[in-house]
Amino acid sequence: MNRLLPLAAFLLLVVLFGYGLWWNARHDVTAVPSPLIGKPAPAFDLPQLHDPALRVTKADLLGKPYLLNVFASWCFACGDEHPVLMAEARALGLPVIGYDYKDKPADAKAWLAAHGDPYALVITDQSGDTAINFGVYGAPETFLIDADGIIRYKHIGPLTPGVIRDQLAPQLRKLGVQPAPGI
Amino acid sequence: MIPELGEVALILALLLALVQCVLPLLGAWRNNAALMAVARPAAAGQFVFVALSFAVLTWAFMTQDFSVAYVAQNSNLSLPWYYRFSAVWGAHEGSLLLWILILNVWTVALAAFSGHLPPKFAARVLGVLGFVSVGFLLFTLFTSSPFGRLLPAPSNGMDLNPVLQDPGLIIHPPMLYMGYVGFSVAFAFAIAALLGGALDDDWVRWARPWTNFAWAFLTAGIVLGSWWSYAELGWGGWWFWDPVENASFMPWLIGTALIHAQAVTEKRGGLRAWTLLLSIFAFSLSLLGTFLVRSGVLTSVHAFASDPRRGVYILIFLGVVVGGSLLIYALRAPKVAGGKPFALLSRETLIVIGNLMLTAAAAMVLIGTLYPLVGDAFHLGRVSVGPPYFGSLFILLMAPVVLLIPFGPFARWGKADGTALGRVLLIAGATALFGGVLAFVLGGDARAILGTVAACYVGAGVVLYARKRWREAPAGRRYPAEMVGMLVAHAGVGVFLAGALLTTALSVERDVRLDPGQSQRIGAYDFRFEGVHEVRGPNWTAQQGRLTVLHDGAVVAVMHPQKRVYSGGQVQTEAAVSAGAMRDLYVALGEPLGNHGAWALRLYDKPFVRWLWFGGLMMMLGGFITSGDRRFRARRMRAMPVPGTATLAPRESAA
Repeated sequence: MNRLLPLAAFLLLVVLFGYGLWWNARHDVTAVPSPLIGKPAPAFDLPQLHDPALRVTKADLLGKPYLLNVFASWCFACGDEHPVLMAEARALGLPVIGYDYKDKPADAKAWLAAHGDPYALVITDQSGDTAINFGVYGAPETFLIDADGIIRYKHIGPLTPGVIRDQLAPQLRKLGVQPAPGI
Repeated sequence: MIPELGEVALILALLLALVQCVLPLLGAWRNNAALMAVARPAAAGQFVFVALSFAVLTWAFMTQDFSVAYVAQNSNLSLPWYYRFSAVWGAHEGSLLLWILILNVWTVALAAFSGHLPPKFAARVLGVLGFVSVGFLLFTLFTSSPFGRLLPAPSNGMDLNPVLQDPGLIIHPPMLYMGYVGFSVAFAFAIAALLGGALDDDWVRWARPWTNFAWAFLTAGIVLGSWWSYAELGWGGWWFWDPVENASFMPWLIGTALIHAQAVTEKRGGLRAWTLLLSIFAFSLSLLGTFLVRSGVLTSVHAFASDPRRGVYILIFLGVVVGGSLLIYALRAPKVAGGKPFALLSRETLIVIGNLMLTAAAAMVLIGTLYPLVGDAFHLGRVSVGPPYFGSLFILLMAPVVLLIPFGPFARWGKADGTALGRVLLIAGATALFGGVLAFVLGGDARAILGTVAACYVGAGVVLYARKRWREAPAGRRYPAEMVGMLVAHAGVGVFLAGALLTTALSVERDVRLDPGQSQRIGAYDFRFEGVHEVRGPNWTAQQGRLTVLHDGAVVAVMHPQKRVYSGGQVQTEAAVSAGAMRDLYVALGEPLGNHGAWALRLYDKPFVRWLWFGGLMMMLGGFITSGDRRFRARRMRAMPVPGTATLAPRESAA
């Protein structure tokens, strides 16, 4: 029986890979419903990446909708997402706020300097404590928060042009944000 | 017309690979010498046609034949010839062709240098390699042919991805593939042994030089990859734990475990089933790496994901090769634990602990790499785990291995002498303590102290053992290649640890805004920014900065970091590195700020960073030296080695 163990473990892997391929063929990267959707975003009070003396709270951002994009310099999938943000962040019609998650500020700054900075503002959560309230368990994740501070939409995993077009843009229009043509 | 010849050559190679696979295996089973004799000529013929096919693709790049779609996608009229050459393996299709070419190089080498193997065994080994080749040739021909035409031909190509336009990338993939594919030889040996009954352990001795050789190449490939990402990605890191790196690192970890397990099996007859399993795992992880990188299963926005058939094909192939070999293993692996008994305190025990740690580390990397997929399957979303996960777990798992390294050579097979080991611990520990205190006095932080301690500890062990051999072994037999290789590789681990930990601890990194003429102090160095001007290359224009680096008022380096825009419009940072044995100074150009010539710059002082690559190269050298040991080429051992003095065993000249 012992000698069958490696084979059994490998078959499990094959099933997982098969599932991955099947999933890839059927989905782009989809959103997973979050219990926070429709609820107020948790309160936060975090320093800015580029000027830690300045802090940003949830109250500061009330009044108009914004997109909160959780990223980190260590996150491989964020590297995939980044060019998409670079290309489309300005065309979305609302500010995109970077949420630097469990990251060293120096690393994040270097990463943004190397790949470009698509964010209107970057806040940093080195310990990841605030992110727990947002239900963040990895990067990248993206939250759409409306003028009243309510989470309207959440996307887990990299934003792709497809996700922005098919999922995010309709949500934006519901809030009265008009993305640029072509999105 | 010529590109079609490449395709035809591949088809002929496939037919010969089928012959090389089926007939010798059949011959070995039926005891038919004529069928077995087909193996070598078939392998040689296959090599000729694969090489021809590769030459055809190279020719298409050299002559800029943009009617070949692959050339049009990866070349450009202004691309210099050396990058046109390396562009042959710059994308999926050509890189597969390189894979196959290297598999054929290994096969032909094996066919040529396997005269000392029993004919049946050699036939099985070549048959298994033929099977692997069939799989890859089918994959290339049906899903990834590099010879597809683009008609009408465009007047110019799209250019090679600028990230790949770097000298490191010319040699990195061939080295890496030499390692990846080289494990197919150890794999074929294991399968042949299983098919033949694996009754004795001779196969392990024959497999050892090949495994060490492949492992050395893989080490070189990983070192080059690390160095390239440091120089090219413009952000000063040397390891990122991204899936592509992990894909090469997992076979390396298992390969490291394997070369040690092989030693136990060869010399003591122990760990038989484990060595077989590791041989299968090492190559399986190479295939798995190929699958992860090529199928797009991990990142759906990955460039290779264009054709879903590819993912399905590789998964099926992976299932057949790995599933099939594990099934053979389950059915045929030796049921009784063989080998000489060993005490709790013995070299065997140390190697077993090291093996378990290395295997666990490989499993840890595998789980981390697959985490996005697992997250998916359980509806947790597609998220990555990064260095916070890998780094801490890896250090935890590797710490015991490093602790054991000095004792390995001193511990006798069977039963080690506790007092002798205690003495080693005392001396290595004292050296480490001395190093640690020194690092503390010089003002290093915890990681710097740890790095110094680890390097002194490992280094002391190596020196102690070299000294012991010098005193105790008879002249002329003091340092057999196998032992020199081991000592060099172990010393390499020490150098690597010193480099990795010291550079992590002592590096100073600053993102600064500098106006022309302004200076910034980093560590003991003043970086004076002289401004930026435009320069032109063959297929790019660049903003090139100029920085003068001063130390105590004297100029130590003038550096020229670039921000290039390639003809295809892609932007690429070229960091300027002033390399040195004790430290690298590293500058990357960020963004222009304002209209007065100010730029965002990243400035680094990275002490000892070269050491980690140098340590890696020492490990590589150790692998090559070991594989050259004459003992491995002997057909039969004249006598079993005496416990504890295995390396003093009677030595025969090459058979």
